[in-house]
Amino acid sequence: MTRPLAPTKDHPLVRWTLTAVALGFIGLFLVLPLVVVFHDALGDGLTAALAAIREPDAIAAIQLTLTAAAIAVPLNAIFGIAASWAIAKFDFAGKGFLVTLIDLPFSVSPVVSGLIYVLVFGLQGWLGPWLAEHDVKIIFALPGIVLATVFVTFPFVARELIPLMTDQGRDEEEAAVSLGASGWATFRRVTLPNIKWGLLYGVLLCNARAMGEFGAVSVVSGHIRGLTDTMPLHIEALYNDYQYSAAFAVASLLALLALVTLVLKSLLEWHFAEEISAAHHH
Amino acid sequence: MKKIISALAAAAVLASSTALAADITLLNVSYDPTRELYKQINAAFIADWKKSHGGDNVTINQSHGGSGAQSRAVIDGLGADVVTLALAYDIDAIANKGLIEKNWQTRLPNASTPYTSTIVFLVRKGNPWKIKDWPDLIKPGVQVITPNPKTSGGARWSFLAAWAYALRAQGGNADKAKAFVTALYKHVPVLDTGARGSTTTFVQRGIGDVLLSWENEAHLALKEQGGDQFQIVYPSVSIQAEPPVAVVDKNVDSHKTREIATAYLNFLYTKDAQEIEAANFYRVRDPQILAQHAADFPKITLYNFAEIFGDWSKAQATYFADKGIFDQIYKPGQ
Repeated sequence: MTRPLAPTKDHPLVRWTLTAVALGFIGLFLVLPLVVVFHDALGDGLTAALAAIREPDAIAAIQLTLTAAAIAVPLNAIFGIAASWAIAKFDFAGKGFLVTLIDLPFSVSPVVSGLIYVLVFGLQGWLGPWLAEHDVKIIFALPGIVLATVFVTFPFVARELIPLMTDQGRDEEEAAVSLGASGWATFRRVTLPNIKWGLLYGVLLCNARAMGEFGAVSVVSGHIRGLTDTMPLHIEALYNDYQYSAAFAVASLLALLALVTLVLKSLLEWHFAEEISAAHHH
Repeated sequence: MKKIISALAAAAVLASSTALAADITLLNVSYDPTRELYKQINAAFIADWKKSHGGDNVTINQSHGGSGAQSRAVIDGLGADVVTLALAYDIDAIANKGLIEKNWQTRLPNASTPYTSTIVFLVRKGNPWKIKDWPDLIKPGVQVITPNPKTSGGARWSFLAAWAYALRAQGGNADKAKAFVTALYKHVPVLDTGARGSTTTFVQRGIGDVLLSWENEAHLALKEQGGDQFQIVYPSVSIQAEPPVAVVDKNVDSHKTREIATAYLNFLYTKDAQEIEAANFYRVRDPQILAQHAADFPKITLYNFAEIFGDWSKAQATYFADKGIFDQIYKPGQ
């Protein structure tokens, strides 16, 4: 980053105090807890921590979490692109309503999101009896966990893309179409390159949240060990089983997955810095 | 002749079951503090079943949580083959939705309760507040940890134990019992959803001065945390807590697991299983095994639930339903 600091007339003391407050805050509320997680994971030694991660129920939880994210994230990426495309490039009745709806999962408590699915797909719910008759399992199984994950991570990609695409307007697309490009070609060669950084950022955030979601998934999981416990649920179960070090070992792995996501994002940003700023200043 | 035929038939059944070693999965939906118990029971049952059923490959999955919440999950479609919950009402609730036959409690010995327990006090080492009996819980400044009776079975037993104590101590005066229990819940700073959550609050997070706990849960906490931090206090009286078990009829019929699910619950009454249960600090039904573990189970007066409270649907409606006595007396933050 070579951007010069904005000139400021503030006293250096103010600047230093603000910086110190910000750093202190981050240190206390973000870095310290993370360090504690990793530290406690090694409470019974590295071998025990590795064993906790390789234990069958832990492996099942890791697989379930990755599977749910692998389904939920692409779905929300496709939905996010479609919705932002529609919102940014077209005018239609109910546009404001659609934007509000997209924000819904941010404002609704995750527990409520989970309960919605229980009320719809549960045995006593609207579709429950029909599903049971046809032996289709939604809640207390993978589909329910995926649905809950999709619901809570639903806004991430769209929220990232809508301002970006609105900002970019539709001039380039109109030019492409007037030059004879098909809809798909316009999307692939004009729109996608313009939004790829926003999209990537949204996808990464979406993925981090998908892997970490607790509340909504907890409601629809049924808590069957080795079957419907995701990583966050498995961590809670271990913690409640007096297996503190094992709980923190799995928590470290979950934190590591999130950190990898962040590092990946930073690396990409750093590597493609010029291209990104070009896209932004378009 | 009849005998020969039936013997042949039995042999044929045996042979066919031997020939058809199968992969069978059972789901036991249980309450909070039984995690360790059923891990051991499951291993013992699987070994036992394998011996008699020619190497069937049995997997028993476990799900644990507050008893009321678990009951709700089964009602909502969690595919339990058997439920092993904290109290009869939570199984009645499932039966009321038609998933279990209404007469479930008569299908197994001892009202379908293979083991019992009671409610005891867990205090910090040295008992700094000198808590000996129920009245000590409402001394000024004492903080009592117990889960939410709306979701937790252990919490309901704790509530009823306190109520039974006060009722009997006050010569059967229900108003005075209510006054005592009201005072008691004023000393409760936080209600977790399940027994294990409360234990963690008390043991791990260090909140509170006394934990109202299942006897087995208190012993387990001592075992896991070492006896140097906590000690168990037995009040003069408590309640006989009866956590029952049942096969979930609708689910075993659709999973075709009725035979093994029934065998699993019957297994809980065998000497082998009763020994495991006693070793996990449950007061078992087998008098011999109970006698062998007598040192773990001090003799105190245990009130009988039915004698004081009648049946569970009545108790649930009176004390724990919406606008019931618990709702009247518990006002958070007061």
